[in-house]
Amino acid sequence: MEFKRPDGRKPDEFRKIKALVGIIPNADGSAMFQTGDTIAIAAVYGPKKMHPQHQQNPEKGTLRCNYNMLSFSVSERIKPGPSRRSQEISKITEWALEPSLMLDKYPNAVIDVFIHILQADAGTRCAGINAASIALAHAGIPMKGLVSSISVGKLDKTIVVDLTKSEEDWEEGEGATDIPISMTDDGKITHMQLDGNISTKQLKEAIELARKSCKKIYEVQKKALKETIKEE
Amino acid sequence: MTENKRLIVIPGEVVVSGAEYLPGEWTEKRGNDIVSLRHGLAEEANKLVKVIPLSGPYHPRRGNVVIGKVENITMNGWVVDICSIDNAFLSIMEVPKFVDKDALEEVMDFGDMVVGKIWNINRRGIDLSIKQRGFGRIDEGIIININPNKVPRIIGKEGSMIKLVKDETECNITVGQNGVIWIKGENIESELLAKEAILFIAEKSFISGLTEEINKWFGERKKQKGAKK
Repeated sequence: MEFKRPDGRKPDEFRKIKALVGIIPNADGSAMFQTGDTIAIAAVYGPKKMHPQHQQNPEKGTLRCNYNMLSFSVSERIKPGPSRRSQEISKITEWALEPSLMLDKYPNAVIDVFIHILQADAGTRCAGINAASIALAHAGIPMKGLVSSISVGKLDKTIVVDLTKSEEDWEEGEGATDIPISMTDDGKITHMQLDGNISTKQLKEAIELARKSCKKIYEVQKKALKETIKEE
Repeated sequence: MTENKRLIVIPGEVVVSGAEYLPGEWTEKRGNDIVSLRHGLAEEANKLVKVIPLSGPYHPRRGNVVIGKVENITMNGWVVDICSIDNAFLSIMEVPKFVDKDALEEVMDFGDMVVGKIWNINRRGIDLSIKQRGFGRIDEGIIININPNKVPRIIGKEGSMIKLVKDETECNITVGQNGVIWIKGENIESELLAKEAILFIAEKSFISGLTEEINKWFGERKKQKGAKK
């Protein structure tokens, strides 16, 4: 039986990806990342001295992320401002990015990352992490490598990549499983979440697919960063 | 990597492979590869590979001349903001004249700009000194800020670029390594011309043969001025 995705994509095909660097002139580093109808922008400020002083860490710097979904990003207006969900995703983003940053170079300092979702069609946290990773590199923060992120999932029994909102709400058969995964460029996982049911065997398959997809996203991020200098 | 050619690199990218290469600034050795740690231009000289960053904060070094703003006055000196992550400290011991301990603000007050040299960096902080000719509080002229990573371009090879701007505008220009520049000229027109020239260099800092470009720019400027008159 041939499985058909609602938008006619192959199981391992993503939506159209676009990455831009340096879109916010006032920020120290900035980037935009888009997959299909999901658009995220990220701005990096710092490193600067941490205030209040009692939050300073004399051992290494701090990464402070702020994920925010704009009220017009979804078809039904959402209440602006922080929510339980946005706070969780902010923390997840920090954890996903921190292993690649060399924060020990900036003791007592803080790096602020602001992520805004302009348009949402599932996979917003992955788009946010991708944008933030490029923005951090653009801001000149020393890093071990870039972080790329993608959501893989299972629709009924088929493993697919880069789910849309309509796919996330899949109800036929076994339903939908959503697994956002973030990886460094050498294939080490920095973040993984799972929502739904999946067997260990299929989970391994899904991670392999995510690894392959992250490589492709990495190439897009790399290209975007390299193009910034040519313009200047 | 081709000889002496600068390559755009991103963090985590292998700049060059081979056991004979050595990691320099902002690079790391992983097995046989030299890996970049920052977004910038990679350069190789005598098997030493380094990355010149294009963005990011100012990293203070001992011996750097910097321009800062007095942010606080303490019992025995001034706290100076030098556009890096940590503030610098200028002790009264490093001021080459008598300072009344009860009236430090008479020498330098909040918001005053000061030219100084970093004479020591330790874990506790950055120490400034103004014990040299030309250092001390700035009384007149204009201050501009640029990206500190572009300071080497403003100065040019052995100061060739800054000398050109000085000669063309007849201004005194002090370039702080932290990206703060002090221009002091005979009149405001020449100061503004120098400011424009420096901002022009900062904007076009990736063009090769920049000195020539600036010469041309000054030529055009003079023609425009002549036409107006």
